[in-house]
Amino acid sequence: MNAQQDTKISARNVNVYYGEKHAIKDVSVEIADKTVTAFIGPSGCGKSTFLRCINRMNDTIDIARVTGDILIDGEDITDPRVDPVQLRAKVGMVFQKPNPFPKSIYDNVAYGPKIHGLARNKSDLDEIVERALRRGAIWDEVKDRLQEPGTGLSGGQQQRLCIARAVATEPEVLLMDEPCSALDPIATAQVEELIDELRQSYSVVIVTHSMQQAARVSQKTAFFHLGNMVEYGETDRIFTNPEDPRTESYISGRIG
Amino acid sequence: MTKSLYSADARTKRRNAAERRFKAYGAAAIGIAMVALVILLTSVVTQGIGAFRQTYITVDVPLPEAKLDKSGTRDMAVMSKVTTIGYAPLLRDGLVNAIAEAGIQTDLSEKEIGDLISKEAAATVRNRVLAHPDLIGQPERFSLLADGRIDGYFKGRVTMASAALDQNTSPEKLDLADKLRDAGIMQIKFNWAFLTAPDASDQRPEAAGLGVAILGSLYMMIVVLVLALPIGVAASIYLEEFAPKNRWTDVIEVNIANLAAVPSIVYGILGLAIFINFMQFNQSSPLVGGMVLALMTLPTIIISTRAALKAVPPSIRDAALGVGASKMQSVFHHVLPLAAPGILTGTIIGLAQALGETAPLLLIGMVAFVRDYPEAYSSATGLFGDPSTALPVQIYNWTQRADPAFVERAQGAIITLLVFLLIMNTVAIVLRRRFERRW
Repeated sequence: MNAQQDTKISARNVNVYYGEKHAIKDVSVEIADKTVTAFIGPSGCGKSTFLRCINRMNDTIDIARVTGDILIDGEDITDPRVDPVQLRAKVGMVFQKPNPFPKSIYDNVAYGPKIHGLARNKSDLDEIVERALRRGAIWDEVKDRLQEPGTGLSGGQQQRLCIARAVATEPEVLLMDEPCSALDPIATAQVEELIDELRQSYSVVIVTHSMQQAARVSQKTAFFHLGNMVEYGETDRIFTNPEDPRTESYISGRIG
Repeated sequence: MTKSLYSADARTKRRNAAERRFKAYGAAAIGIAMVALVILLTSVVTQGIGAFRQTYITVDVPLPEAKLDKSGTRDMAVMSKVTTIGYAPLLRDGLVNAIAEAGIQTDLSEKEIGDLISKEAAATVRNRVLAHPDLIGQPERFSLLADGRIDGYFKGRVTMASAALDQNTSPEKLDLADKLRDAGIMQIKFNWAFLTAPDASDQRPEAAGLGVAILGSLYMMIVVLVLALPIGVAASIYLEEFAPKNRWTDVIEVNIANLAAVPSIVYGILGLAIFINFMQFNQSSPLVGGMVLALMTLPTIIISTRAALKAVPPSIRDAALGVGASKMQSVFHHVLPLAAPGILTGTIIGLAQALGETAPLLLIGMVAFVRDYPEAYSSATGLFGDPSTALPVQIYNWTQRADPAFVERAQGAIITLLVFLLIMNTVAIVLRRRFERRW
């Protein structure tokens, strides 16, 4: 694994406060392009909060306050000139619970490209939808029923549909917030396989509860504990030879 | 020693008894409510159903040119000089002829026979003749309203005993009415006029109808819908989706909840002070009534719309924002369509509440006696500016009148109002079923 890939996201001294609560404490991290980076840690350690900083989803929470710089391709996304709507087209997100729109499968995927004006006409849009569904590894299962509601799919299919929806807007970064926590082992395996393929085109950041999952899909791993980023490095090394005693306690099951 | 599971211990018995008692209380409460509802409906229907049936006298009325058109040229100016007083004897003649033809014996004088016909009937004939002047010259068959006392006799409201004490009728007249009915000259028919005719004066309850009140209520509902729905929904969307959560929005929220509990008559005083005295809109007009009711309905719509918006799972908003939709796109493309059934239900319930509201309308003068159908738009009074009444006010109005025939009318109006409310609630349920989507 090449450790010296281009840096895609660079976070410097990021702090997040929810009202009085100091949720993220001075986190700095460099996330590489075309890599899967996993955030692991016990519940409430701030890994999801940090993930949501990267596409400014925390803006939607009134009491959340973010300080520090987050750079994507060298541009500070916390700069007031940055429109979060434009940012989120570039940084896609997949949520913990599959959340397809209560619309047809086709409309679910087509929605993003439509509002961003990515398609000039219907055949363009058809093409984008097919490409996204293929990338979401769900095309073969739904190609005959694109007009059926997305909510009628099984949980695993819904989650892959959500991934297809996220990649349809041609993002450069894909954020995944525990994408498999609501799925059964078979669906999880399918999604993990998909994540590995997505690495070819995107910088993927995944938050996960499962250390096995982090070990299976990621090249880099960051361990969060009580709002601090305790350790960050190659996945193999974190799991085999952690430097910090807290990391070791966590991966060996003593805390968390 | 182990206890057998076949016999319940004392504690379990007590718990089971408590549960049985609780179920019995619930069933009793529902039973009482059902009995009350059945009594109410039975009372309203038995007393009010008569308003939908009316006694008519079908006779050939002579329309001599000598009396109705002295000029002989069908000149409107000349013809309209003949008032209903000029027409009344013709109606009487028609009835006297019919009695003679049928061979019915009666000791009543011609004038007394004429009393069997409603005073309203002459106006009906006159209007018809003025609209169709070519009818003049030969007798024409008319269905004439019978007098209210005669109508009441067939509905059981007037008896021979009460007629003997009544200076407006007599047992002999009722006797003649019986004979006329046997001869087929007098019939009881479905009373469409009750739904279409305007109100009538104290002396002619048989002619009173709900036409003006229904139109007035319809106009007001249009005003309420046009004002309250967009304002209410816009306010709710702003408060729920866009407004920062701070002390000011808390204050607004508490006050909206309080407004929903303000007695409706207070809105009437507000409407009187602002819309009529200050803004100089016409009193008694559906426009002012509608605006007052819209104010009253707003809190209901806002509260139910906010509840509907709150019920949309946040994951849908996240999904929309996550693919780069703006806040407004996420609300209008995703949240609002999902909340639509709830908003519709709330709106229709608000409208139904407004439809049945009486008190504020009394204060803005909609309790007036109105005979002319209000125009939706006229150049003199503007949009919905004509004086009119409304259904609940008409009910209130009729219950104030002395003649018991109006009690029947009032109960009939209550049935009409209940039917409208039932229709609106059914529409709400159907819309809800149709648009409800699961996620």
